[in-house]
Amino acid sequence: MEEIIHKIEEKYKRRDLPEIKPGDTLRVHWKILEIREDPKKKTKDVRTRTQVFEGVVIGIQGKGINRKVLLRKISYGIPVERLFPLHSPYLEKIEIVSRAKVRRAKLYYLRDKIGKAAKLKIIRDQG
Amino acid sequence: MRILTQKLGMTQVYVKPEDEPLAIPVGVTVLKVVENVIVDYRTEDRDGYNAIIVGYFFKPEHKVKKPILGFVKKNLGERELYPTKFYEVKTNDLDKFPKGTSLDVKIFEGIDLVDVQGRTKGRGFAGVMKRWNFSGGPASHGSKFHRRPGSIGQHTFPGRVWKGKKMAGHYGNETVTVLNLKLVEINPEYNILLVKGGVPGHKGGYVFVRPAIYKYGRLS
Repeated sequence: MEEIIHKIEEKYKRRDLPEIKPGDTLRVHWKILEIREDPKKKTKDVRTRTQVFEGVVIGIQGKGINRKVLLRKISYGIPVERLFPLHSPYLEKIEIVSRAKVRRAKLYYLRDKIGKAAKLKIIRDQG
Repeated sequence: MRILTQKLGMTQVYVKPEDEPLAIPVGVTVLKVVENVIVDYRTEDRDGYNAIIVGYFFKPEHKVKKPILGFVKKNLGERELYPTKFYEVKTNDLDKFPKGTSLDVKIFEGIDLVDVQGRTKGRGFAGVMKRWNFSGGPASHGSKFHRRPGSIGQHTFPGRVWKGKKMAGHYGNETVTVLNLKLVEINPEYNILLVKGGVPGHKGGYVFVRPAIYKYGRLS
């Protein structure tokens, strides 16, 4: 039963995603719809623009087509967390900025750390 | 026209809305058309209406009851597996459905709204909060009134409880039809329908799917 559901999901999944792990710093290019409706002229103008969100993966949720990454960043001193569905067409692309050595799947402990204590050990590329 | 399907479960797919450029997630139920075969007909002359008789639940010969075996053999002849259960589909185009062929999702081509009929999950003897959405009382602060129904009537007049008063009792395990569900995808490869929203019953349960009668009429 489950197998067939996975096969159906497969058709709607994206194949261009990089392998993402907790502790990665990602740049997510997320499309935003701008809908301008003119009630007088009855026109509807739909445009898309792209916003970039850079943050650390503190958790991966869901499975299959429902897989999501939870990103955390400090924006002008305010902590921001945002959840991105990975298979959504709103996702333009994902860049991996850096990877870090982490020991657990959910990095919720970062929420209680401030400043330097919230830093992760970055893995440098060999060579 | 209706067809028996098995509810496999739910998932999400991405579907593009008409006036937006990007697809958005839609919760869908995955329904698999059961293996079936057209066994016999009901005809106007003999039975007073036209219908096809569709058999399902295939079993080897020694497991089929003899009267059923005789009925199937008369119509389809010898075969490896025989259907053991049957349902009727009212239709006037009997020629379109020759004996021995199967119904599949192709009958839903060009149709975008469907009705789904099935048996809901049994909830046993349920209280009024679950069964009739009563509000109940506060949980704490010394309240002694939690999930009770409260007053069920007036005084010496009428001196009895009104018929149809909503009370605790057996809930669920009843036939329910959900009308006008959007048909998101027809997949002939796996014989599967994707229907937007939920349908009655548990995973693995059997439900009937038909083109929405409000849009296509009863005999479509």
